[in-house]
Amino acid sequence: MKRIISILIENKPGALARVVGLFHQRGYNIETLNVGPVFDGSYSRMTVTTRDSENDVEQITKQINKIIDVIKVSDLTDGEHHEYEFILVKFKHNEKIQKILKKLNGKIHEKYKHAIVMSAWGTSSDIEIAIKGIRKANLLEIVRSGSIGLHDGEKVLKI
Amino acid sequence: MKLSGGDLLLRALKEEGVKFIFGYPGGAALHIYDSIFKQKACDHILVRHEQGATHAADGYSRATGKPGVALVTSGPGATNAITGLATAYMDSIPLIVISGQVQSHLIGTDSFQETDMIGISRPIVKHSFIVQNTKDIPRIIQEAFHIATTGRPGPVVIDIPKDKTDPTKLYEYKKPKEVSLRSYQPRILPHPGQIKKACKNILSAERLVIYAGGGVILGNAHKELIALNKLLKAPVTNTLMGLGVYPARDKYFMGMLGMHGTYQANMAMHNADVIIAVGARFDDRITNTPSLFAPNARIVHIDVDPASISKIINADIPIVGQVKESLNALIKEIKRSKIKIDTEALESWNKQVAQWREKHGLDHDLYLQETKSEMILPQVVVQELYHVTNGNAWVTSDVGQHQMFVAQYYHFNKPRRWVNSGGLGTMGFGLPAAMGVKLAYPKDEVVCVTGEGSIQMCIQELSTCLQYNLPIKIININNEALGMVRQWQDMNYGGRHSASTYSDSLPDFVKLTESYGHIGMKVTKKVDLKKTLEKAFSLKDRLVFVDVYVDPNEHVYPMLVAPNGSMKDMWIKKNVKA
Repeated sequence: MKRIISILIENKPGALARVVGLFHQRGYNIETLNVGPVFDGSYSRMTVTTRDSENDVEQITKQINKIIDVIKVSDLTDGEHHEYEFILVKFKHNEKIQKILKKLNGKIHEKYKHAIVMSAWGTSSDIEIAIKGIRKANLLEIVRSGSIGLHDGEKVLKI
Repeated sequence: MKLSGGDLLLRALKEEGVKFIFGYPGGAALHIYDSIFKQKACDHILVRHEQGATHAADGYSRATGKPGVALVTSGPGATNAITGLATAYMDSIPLIVISGQVQSHLIGTDSFQETDMIGISRPIVKHSFIVQNTKDIPRIIQEAFHIATTGRPGPVVIDIPKDKTDPTKLYEYKKPKEVSLRSYQPRILPHPGQIKKACKNILSAERLVIYAGGGVILGNAHKELIALNKLLKAPVTNTLMGLGVYPARDKYFMGMLGMHGTYQANMAMHNADVIIAVGARFDDRITNTPSLFAPNARIVHIDVDPASISKIINADIPIVGQVKESLNALIKEIKRSKIKIDTEALESWNKQVAQWREKHGLDHDLYLQETKSEMILPQVVVQELYHVTNGNAWVTSDVGQHQMFVAQYYHFNKPRRWVNSGGLGTMGFGLPAAMGVKLAYPKDEVVCVTGEGSIQMCIQELSTCLQYNLPIKIININNEALGMVRQWQDMNYGGRHSASTYSDSLPDFVKLTESYGHIGMKVTKKVDLKKTLEKAFSLKDRLVFVDVYVDPNEHVYPMLVAPNGSMKDMWIKKNVKA
């Protein structure tokens, strides 16, 4: 099943490579990856999604936790959680695409003679369905932020 | 007083108690080498290949428990250190590798002798640092030693661009009082609830086995392990990495387990109802097919590394903590528990183990047997070595049949005495590792048991041994073939010896050793073995290379049947399954 792993990691050169390298080294796959500095900028929050069995994900989080630069790791899919993904799409003028994206909090950013740039966000599964619904013929470019997520309720990932 | 980056480095190493730096100079490391020249606290040992530097530092670390230090230059110096890093990583050995790097402004330009050491070494280090500010060097060294030696130990790389050791740029020597890393706080004390659960399970066992690995040595917990079994009186087995942590001559010791483990150790594991795994990681060379492993056992697994627990074999009672603290907690809990261990059941279990030993156990008296053949059995070489050295030597080995024969037949009664590359299985490890051990314990007997295949992988270090007067003894168990490869080819490939023999092109090891300024001896007949070994060991201040030609047809047994076998499925001798 799909797993969403949330990581707090020191914002140091090479830290991201240690996490990404570990996935390859241990034979796990990364489906999406999002990372950016948070709070005082000394550390980053990272969200990795992967597809694995329950047993594997425990091993994955344990192995990630062993990386010295990693401060905290949590498998968000272990409980209730919030998960969203943001996309930017450039497409030829097409009402149907606009309609699909509008349903996903879509917003038009720019209109050109032959192309429109829109953003949208929603759960990854909604994004997946939306993308499948867009005909390739009209699509020029699409870029996904990868999932980002938080624990539900008052549970937080912090130092 | 302000210091250059190189001087900061050397002072920081001195403060960590470093006595030896094993290294090889080169362009990017020259400022550091100049700093080495100007100080007296650390002796530099010039090896002949960087692989030798890392193995020597690793051997020093395994023997002393203190981190070994290797220093290499950028590019090829760094890449040559990779095998040694991987070797240390697989066996969780604290090792510090300092690599010179090209100047900061040249990084990423494909400059001369540039290689991305941090990138190349990433999967095989516990952590790595690149020095970006010279003033950070003392703190980085402090953190590197802390990380290498705590939790589950491991190697750490420190990559230093040449401009960061510029002798004209001087800095104050400053570092924090103690290491504080918000992202690294390894667990020390075990969870008391888990200790209670473990105790309950252990004390209600009828067929208990203690399976102890290298983690007990790394955690300096051999006394606690012995104390635990004073209470339990259970049969004990050690992994290849754990040999010596439980005295081999103790009546409860079953020998090594796993691929080439003893019959009784493997049978006991398979039939156990409770297994206490301590500082061991259920490696594939132990478990055989994981789904068939110890079908009726509840597993108590003590390890400092949570990722080692339930990785291969699910642990019923996981205990995360330092081995020493965890064993102490367990001993305390057992002593105050109201449950009393079923001594009757355990006694009959120990009898069962004795029967297995009787049936298919190793013959430790092979050396006494009269045979018509003049050929020397490799097992007999190890047995004679054991007696000639009174079982007191520090023994390093390379990888292959000879390594297994030492593990099976040299009875290690003390921890750290057995130094070998168990996880990575690195041929070429034995000789440089023996140098590290000898430097640490110059008065003790240090022996490298090797094969004619392995020894040629780092044989250049014979020159280092001459330069620094390291009178180790090398026992070359020479079967004129890559013995373990050939054994597999005999057993699984219809005896087709593909690329495993070279008998017409072997060097004359006696002459070779002599050309390096040492003493070489050759033994081909059984009658000469004992007296040659005695003579070699009587030459206290000389390196002696004893080239022993052995029966090339010997295989290592027992051997677990694979694939799809369990621990009870073993080849006992050629073509005979238990």
